Amino acid sequence: MSDTKTRLIKNGRIIDPASQFDQVADIAIRKKKIVGIGSAIPKDFKATDVIDATNLWVLPGIIDLSAYLREPGQENKTRINFETHAAASAGITRICCMPEVDSPIDGGATVKLIKSKAKQAGYARVSVIGSLTQGLAGEQLSHMGSLKYVGCVGVSQGHEKIKDLATLRKAMEYAGTFELPLFLHPIEHSLTAKGGMHEGALSTRLGLAPIPAASETIALAQIIALVELTNTPVHFCRLSCAASIPLLKAAKERGLPITADVAAHQLFLTEMDVADYNPLCHTIPPLRTMADRDALRQAVADGVIDAICSDHQPHEVDAKLAPFEETSPGISGFETLLPLTLRLVDDGVLTEMQAVALLTSKPAQLINSNAGKLQAGAVADLSLFNPQTMWQLEAKKLLSEGKNTPFSGWGFEGKTVQTFVKGKSVYCVKQ
Amino acid sequence: MSKNNTSESFPNERIEHPLALQSVKDSSPGPLPSSMQLTADGKLKHFLTVEGLPPLLLEEILDRAEQFVSLPNKAQVQAPLLRGKTVMNLFFENSTRTRTTFELAAKRLSADLVNLDIRNSATTKGESLLDTIRNLEAMGCDMFVVRHSSSSAAHFIARYCAPHISVINAGDGRHAHPTQAMLDMLTIRQFKGRDFTPLKIAIIGDIKHSRVARSQIHALTTLCAGEIRLIGPQTLMPEGIENMGVTTYANIEKGLHDIDVIITLRLQHERMDTAMLPSVREFYARYGLTQERLELAKKDAIVMHPGPVNRGVEIDSRVADGAQSVILQQVTNGIAVRMAVMSMVMSSQAASAVEN
Repeated sequence: MSDTKTRLIKNGRIIDPASQFDQVADIAIRKKKIVGIGSAIPKDFKATDVIDATNLWVLPGIIDLSAYLREPGQENKTRINFETHAAASAGITRICCMPEVDSPIDGGATVKLIKSKAKQAGYARVSVIGSLTQGLAGEQLSHMGSLKYVGCVGVSQGHEKIKDLATLRKAMEYAGTFELPLFLHPIEHSLTAKGGMHEGALSTRLGLAPIPAASETIALAQIIALVELTNTPVHFCRLSCAASIPLLKAAKERGLPITADVAAHQLFLTEMDVADYNPLCHTIPPLRTMADRDALRQAVADGVIDAICSDHQPHEVDAKLAPFEETSPGISGFETLLPLTLRLVDDGVLTEMQAVALLTSKPAQLINSNAGKLQAGAVADLSLFNPQTMWQLEAKKLLSEGKNTPFSGWGFEGKTVQTFVKGKSVYCVKQ
Repeated sequence: MSKNNTSESFPNERIEHPLALQSVKDSSPGPLPSSMQLTADGKLKHFLTVEGLPPLLLEEILDRAEQFVSLPNKAQVQAPLLRGKTVMNLFFENSTRTRTTFELAAKRLSADLVNLDIRNSATTKGESLLDTIRNLEAMGCDMFVVRHSSSSAAHFIARYCAPHISVINAGDGRHAHPTQAMLDMLTIRQFKGRDFTPLKIAIIGDIKHSRVARSQIHALTTLCAGEIRLIGPQTLMPEGIENMGVTTYANIEKGLHDIDVIITLRLQHERMDTAMLPSVREFYARYGLTQERLELAKKDAIVMHPGPVNRGVEIDSRVADGAQSVILQQVTNGIAVRMAVMSMVMSSQAASAVEN
């Protein structure tokens, strides 16, 4: 990979939702930044490297709001350099790394370690979402002031329980003090069960512990009430049920500072995919009914849900080699994020522009990033995508160390061929 | 990036061990379809669940069990069907009755039997279920009888064990207990005849946590039972159970009206701690099978219980020991049904071995 200082990507179809630009044009890059697009490219611009992007799409780099990078703490699962490489191969240029119990992010040192590992690897960049409470134990507040100081883009309680609503209120207020957005999973823990699935006729037939939709809507309603009380911005992570949508919509219409995302797999899979105890479909929140899936799709199209993320959770093979309820939840999602989202275009749910926006410009706003757009002066985080490549996903060929995908065997149309981060080519398909 | 590892405790390169691939068989995680319990020509290879099995196969199990019932107690000589075969009883969960009847069944078929009390050994030391299975396989084994607290554990073992091994589910989580269901079907057949279509069956108690009830329902619907009623409070009734072809009754008096077969389920005491029920006393007052309630059913109704019985909780002692009780007959039938299933899965293996 030659690292030239100036680059011209010629004749690509540039799709930039931030400016609603969709045309075949050239794009000029100098060092880390975009210099100009089409006729706005300075006349005296000379490229040391010219890339022919005829028949390719030029997309802003994807900003993935949720991934578990497992390091430090769970190096048996994977390492930051493998995962950021896998992300770059799928057009993702920035990853928000989530805290979890086995890899909590409660101190400045951990944040610095994660960032330096990512920088050293040199693929996709990593933004860090810190722990809301120390060790995610749900009792004592984390050092949010320090977390903000070392550049965390938000704080989260992950999938873990918080002691009570009073603690959550204080955590929200304290995070608000430092203008740290909260990334909260709406989960009422007393109504969920470890290793369970969506409550219904199927959970009864399979004998798996039931998780009702109310476990999400109750938590959602409680947090919305606390947002009203504290006026702290909250981003809801990973919605799963239809009943959440009207609650979210009403709160947004009241002008509350609320946003939400959904995991790409939740827009495709349903409880029926668990019917033969497939541990690859064991997720938190659980896969729900077809009606829920369709409502989520509609909410994404309507803009009630603001972003689609991968919720990337790579696992070592053993974590999924057990009876369903004993397996670790989560899907290795980086490499299916863009293909699945674009499939929603084929399914008539989204336009191409909407699909790209949900992965780039919209999540950029949520983490106050100036990336996610293709405009003069913006950071040159972008990818080239060949919409004509037909390919079939094979789990063992994933670049992520986590081969835990239920989408093995699915056919997709279109593939990322090259990814640039800060103007540097970090991934390129060998011709 | 791979050079300066000095500050790191883990190497950054992917390490491919030369033996890594050949030591592991097909171990990619994936679905566990229940269709794998049948061979290509429809014979029983594993017995994991009753659900989805054809009625004729269930009849075959019952017919074969009937033959074993009629054999005298010391039947080894007459039925050495499992001679030279090693059966391993893997009980990850407590059981006396099921385990003992499987043990007797295996012995009467002349199998070599090993009882493993796994709760106190490997898995508590952190060994994974798959490793336990691989190790036992390496010791030479033809059949696993598995009880486990996780639903689908038997499916899991069947999916990942060596191809010559058969797996019999002796109860997995809340999912299935197929041999229990079949011994209940045998008992019903002995008292009520081969035709299940006119029969009205009531199952009383903790349906929600009961794998026995689920398997019974599948067996009864497969055998075309006339009507299946489930009786219990809403806290013990799982969501969407009606989809399995049953009707639910909160009122036991209504539910028992005109019933031919009454099955009472064991009530686990820990249900009181989890706010499922206020007390044992209240459960007995509302749902206990008493003599008066028994009289609401048909005169010749039979009373069944999978055991162990909580006298004075789900059933009155007088009913449990009464003329209509067939509880001990169920236990006897348990051995015959398990002999039938064991011999069937072994003969399906012998058949496939000949083909190969």
